[in-house]
Amino acid sequence: MTLELLLGILQIVLIATTPLVFAGIGELVTEKSGVLNLGVEGMMLVGAVTAFIILVITGSYFLAFFVSILSGIFMSGLFAFLVLCLMSNQIATGLALTIFGIGLSSMLGKQYIGTPIDGLSPWFFVIFSFVTVFLVSYFFYKTKAGLILRAVGESHNSAHALGYSVIKIRFLSILFGGSMCALAGSYISICYAPMWQEGMTAGRGWIALALVVFATWKPERVLIGAYIFGGVTILQMNLQALGLRFPGQFFSMAPYVATIIVLVLISSNKLRIKLSAPASLTIPFYKGR
Amino acid sequence: MIRIITFLSTFLVFSFGSAYADPKKVGFIYIGPPGDHGWTYMHDVGRKYMESQLGDSITTTYLENIPENADAVRAIRKLADSGHDLIFTTSFNYMDQTHEVAKDFPDIKFEHATGYIQADNVATYSARFYEGRMIEGHIAGHMTESNTIGYIASFPIPEVVRGINAFYLAAAKVNPDIKMKIIWVFTWYDPGKEADAANTLINQGADIIVQHTDTYAPCQAAQKAGVYAFGQASNQEEFCPDAHLTSIEDIWGPYYAARAKAVVDGTWSSGDTWDGMDKGMVVMSPYNNKLMPASLIQEAVNMEVGIKDGTIHPFTGPIYNQAGELVVPEGEVAPDGMLLGMNFYVQGIDGEVPQ
Repeated sequence: MTLELLLGILQIVLIATTPLVFAGIGELVTEKSGVLNLGVEGMMLVGAVTAFIILVITGSYFLAFFVSILSGIFMSGLFAFLVLCLMSNQIATGLALTIFGIGLSSMLGKQYIGTPIDGLSPWFFVIFSFVTVFLVSYFFYKTKAGLILRAVGESHNSAHALGYSVIKIRFLSILFGGSMCALAGSYISICYAPMWQEGMTAGRGWIALALVVFATWKPERVLIGAYIFGGVTILQMNLQALGLRFPGQFFSMAPYVATIIVLVLISSNKLRIKLSAPASLTIPFYKGR
Repeated sequence: MIRIITFLSTFLVFSFGSAYADPKKVGFIYIGPPGDHGWTYMHDVGRKYMESQLGDSITTTYLENIPENADAVRAIRKLADSGHDLIFTTSFNYMDQTHEVAKDFPDIKFEHATGYIQADNVATYSARFYEGRMIEGHIAGHMTESNTIGYIASFPIPEVVRGINAFYLAAAKVNPDIKMKIIWVFTWYDPGKEADAANTLINQGADIIVQHTDTYAPCQAAQKAGVYAFGQASNQEEFCPDAHLTSIEDIWGPYYAARAKAVVDGTWSSGDTWDGMDKGMVVMSPYNNKLMPASLIQEAVNMEVGIKDGTIHPFTGPIYNQAGELVVPEGEVAPDGMLLGMNFYVQGIDGEVPQ
């Protein structure tokens, strides 16, 4: 193997993994505040189609990403309003958000399918994804605001008793998650595979959700998990192209198996669950109780 | 008594009347969205052609993005329950689901694309895409400089393996040094993954990208990297004008129109249709004259003529399998039975078909 080949593989891995990092880190922040948002796939798709449409109309990459992030804030704001203010069930609402996002993005993008655009170089976003992960990690463990956010996720009643606005903090966390998912989506439709196709995120939102669990709710581990996933996928493609005889299906399945194993490991011990998952995850907060 | 007779006769008049006046309902199950500019797109083009040919005598519906699992049963049943007379299921892995529903609705006609099991009310149909693969292989054999072809394959089913073999046989004939690099992505539709596979192949030295998946992401990746590519299912030149050599186009419209007409006329019967270039079911997109020399385009056109009149067959012996056994003797062509069940690579291709 030559150096050039290895560098090429590294490039492809970086490009392919970046959307998982964005969506994963966004969802991690949301979950850390005690809210499970299963709408990642839907928000990614709406973000992807919004960015694409804005780019086609205005020709401005900046506006495309900007409006796409606004669309993520809109989608997640809808979710936040439903689960935080109207106390709807988080799992059901999140699933509904995904289904809504799939439908909405198909409807919006109908006339833009097959419009050719010039893709944008992915490298800024690749670097930005690393920066985001380290910023989130710093925020969680080195700042007071991060500590408060984690406290809200662990015990909303205690945080409330101490005078923190649980609803406001969760609202902001959900909005951050939504904007990161939209960014992941717009990266896919503008940089990764520059086109709009219905359902083009092809399940990456679900992988991002699994990554958060795989990472046991630690930011750096989201990065590691995403790169294991992306790395294994690209590695098996390389092995296939080299003509090696090996079961390709096994490698396609490996990341999912790894997630299940991690799930089993962290749930085999009650204490370990308590240490890793935010204790108030999916539990609605009723003010005044 | 008179009342009853009046009632019954009105009922009969109405039911007969409606049987003649009502348009026949034709339903489609799509694996992807009609906007994929590939496989599903071409089925949708066929559906629209059928509508334009048959006018008011039919109405059509389609359900898109139906996964190849139990959801397909539900989707097909939904069409059957809502009074459709003819249902096209347009992907190989809808086979069991189509038959499961067809058993319960003996009066409804089903058509399963690329399948090989028929029933009284289930017909199968496919196109001989491998004829187009042969032409692509011939072109690739001439155009490659690195002698390395990158092939993105979807699922290890006979149709895909047949395409790989037809491509390789033609390419190796003009260029014995040619090497095939094959990546199975185990999906029909994932623009990101298709682009990853294309980039991986290019990174490993392929200078021509061939795909058997549904979107134009691989062609786009080839364009970006400055190598050549063949499109898939529809003409994809507008997305990658500097990479696109030609595409194999699937033309379903005339078949769909004929089958729907048979249902309207009441002459539909089950069967298996497997047409190729001679019937216009497989068509090559315009060859890219900016990239290909005129002599090569002429050779490709001549090959089309030969395939149409039957003098050229992509699987003409001698053909050996990877173990070196003679599978098609010299001077003979592979029988359809062998082609339909093809699950082995021919001699010269590295690796093995995933099982």
